[in-house]
Amino acid sequence: MSSIIARRRHPAAGYAAIAGGLVLAGALYGALAGGPASAAPGQSSASPANGRSLFIQSCATCHGINAQGTSQAPSLIGAGAAAVDFQMSTGRMPAKEPGAENTRKPVTFSPQQIADIAAWIQSLGGGPTIPDATQVSTSGADTALGEELFSTNCAQCHNAGGSGGALTYGKTAPSLVASTPTQIYEAMMTGPEAMPVFGDGTITPDEKRAIIAYVTQTRTEANPGGFSLGRTGTVTEGIVAWLGGLGFLVLIAMWLTAKRKDIRVGGEGS
Amino acid sequence: MTTEDNEGLGGPRRVIGTPSSAPAALDAKPPAPEQAADYVPTDPADMGRAKVAERLAAACFLIAFIAGICFIVAYIGLEVGPNNGGDSVIAAMRSNYALGSSLGLALLALGTGSMIWVRHLTPNIEIEEERHDLKSAPQDRAGFQKDFATGTAITQVTKRPLLRRTLMIATAPLALAPLLLLRDLGPLPGTSLRYTVWKKGTRAVTLGGNRPLRSADMTAPGSMITVIPEGYQDDPDALAKAGVILIKFAPGELHIPTNYDGGKLVSTMNWTVDNIVAYSKICTHVGCPVALYEQTTHHILCPCHQSTFDAANGANVIFGPAARALPQLPLTTDAEGYLVASSDFTQPVGPSFWERG
Repeated sequence: MSSIIARRRHPAAGYAAIAGGLVLAGALYGALAGGPASAAPGQSSASPANGRSLFIQSCATCHGINAQGTSQAPSLIGAGAAAVDFQMSTGRMPAKEPGAENTRKPVTFSPQQIADIAAWIQSLGGGPTIPDATQVSTSGADTALGEELFSTNCAQCHNAGGSGGALTYGKTAPSLVASTPTQIYEAMMTGPEAMPVFGDGTITPDEKRAIIAYVTQTRTEANPGGFSLGRTGTVTEGIVAWLGGLGFLVLIAMWLTAKRKDIRVGGEGS
Repeated sequence: MTTEDNEGLGGPRRVIGTPSSAPAALDAKPPAPEQAADYVPTDPADMGRAKVAERLAAACFLIAFIAGICFIVAYIGLEVGPNNGGDSVIAAMRSNYALGSSLGLALLALGTGSMIWVRHLTPNIEIEEERHDLKSAPQDRAGFQKDFATGTAITQVTKRPLLRRTLMIATAPLALAPLLLLRDLGPLPGTSLRYTVWKKGTRAVTLGGNRPLRSADMTAPGSMITVIPEGYQDDPDALAKAGVILIKFAPGELHIPTNYDGGKLVSTMNWTVDNIVAYSKICTHVGCPVALYEQTTHHILCPCHQSTFDAANGANVIFGPAARALPQLPLTTDAEGYLVASSDFTQPVGPSFWERG
C-alpha cells in the first residue's frame, strides 16, 4: 500500500486510477445488472383478490387505490391484463421513479403474483388479455410477411434488426433482443409508453405471429458485420478504418516526408 | 541548401529500382573536395545499418509473397454463394476476411519493404530541379511552322475547298451527338411532383397485409398504421409518394387548425374520421419515411434529421430542418364503411422542389 502512495505522483498514476475505476464500475455493473428476466404467464389459477392486495401494497401509491390513476401515473382501468403482464414481466413496473420512460430491469414479482395483479386489473374494465401459447406460436408463421410488416411499422423506431433506437427528447425505443414472444405480442396490443397501439384491426393475429417470427428468427441469423452495431453491417469497422486509419495514414505521411539528420546535399557528405 | 552547393549539378542523380552495382568509378572512395562537383554517392552513409535494413526489407518482400499466395489460395479455396451447402452469409464473411487480410498484408509488407529500402539503403540526396521556359527555342518554332505549312500543302486542304467543306459537314453531326444524349436525362417531371395516386374514393389498405380498414379497426387511441392506396401495392413509383400514416386519437386530443397556405386550404378537422387522421409519410425536408410516432407526446419524428411534427396540431413542425407541415390526406368513409380518401393531397407531398412556389 505504501508503495502505491509513494507512486501516486507518477505520470501514469492518473491513467491507472481511471482504468482501475472503469474496471471496478464494469465489474459492479456486471454483478448487479445481471439476472433472469423471464416470466411465464400463469393465468390458470390467478387470484384477483390476491392481486388486489398486492396492487395496494406495490402499485397504489402512484396508480391510486382503485387503479383510477393519479397525477403521477395513468389510470389502469381498461388497460387490460396484457399491459400489466408486459410492464411487470419486463421489470418496468414497479417503476424505480416516476418518469415518461422505464427501462427493462430485473423482475421483482413472481409469475403467479403478476398473473394475480393482471387478473384484478382485467376485472376492473376489461382490455387486452394475455395471449395464450398458440397466439404467439411462430410455427408456420410467414416470416417474410413479418419482415415486410416489421420494416413498415416497427423498424423506424426499433431498427431493422430489433436493436432499438432514439426517439424525441432523449427517449429511446428499446431493443427487442430480450423480448419474449408474449411480450412482443402484448406490446403491440397495448402500446406501452410512447409506442403506438397495433391492435388486431390493423395488424391481424396471424400478422402478429409473423412479426414475432421475424423478430425471433433475426436473432439467430448470422451477422455479417463483424462487431455488431444494430446489425447495420460493417459500420463499426468502417468508423475505425476512417477515424483510426486516416489518422494513422497522416502520421505515416509525416514520417515519410520528415527530414533526416544525416541528409547530404549534392555530393557532400553530412 | 545554398546556391553554391547546387551549382554545376545536373542530370539524374539516382534511379529507384536500379541494381546497386553502380559503375566502378562511382563506387570508389569519395574524391577530393575539388573533384566533388559531379560526384554522386551510391552507398548509404551507414553500411552496418544497411545490412540489417537489407534483411528486413527482404523479409518484408517474402511476407508479401506468402500473403499474395494466401490471397490466391483463399480465392480459389473458399467457396461462396448459395450452392455450397452451408450458410452463404457465413461463407461470404470468411471469404471476405481471408481475401481482405491476405491482400492487405501483402500490400502492407510490400510497401514497408520498399520504404525500408529507400530510407536505409539509398544515400540521402536532395535534388533540386530547375524549371525551364515553357516556350520553345526560336529555331524550333520556325521549324515547326515550316513543317506545318509543308504538311498543309501536301494534304491539298487549302487547294480543294470541296473536300474541306464536306469533311466539316461530315463531323458536325458527330459533334452534336453527345449533346443530344442529354435528352435521356428527361423527361421533365411536369406536374407529377404535385400529385399522388390518391383520389376521391381510393381505399386505404395496410402495407403488407393489403386489407382495407374501417374506423372500427382502430379503436384504441394511440393506434397507428401505415397505409397505401388500394391497387398500387406493386407500383413502387406510385408508392414512393403515396405512403400515408393513420393515427387514432382520443376524443378531444386532436386540434387540427383550419389552415390556409397562400389562400389554399391545407388541413382541416373535416378531413378526419372518428378522430383518425391521415398524414403523408414522406418528410417535407428531404423525403425520408417519417413514422416514429410517440402516442404519449403525439410527436412524429423523422429519423434522418430529427424533424419533429406535432400530429395533434396539423403535423406542424416543432423541431428540426423541415420547413412545412406534413400534408394531410382528406379522409372519409365509403358506402361499406371503409376509410377512403376524399381527394388527393391538396398540396405537394415530400421535399420542396424548384417550381413548387
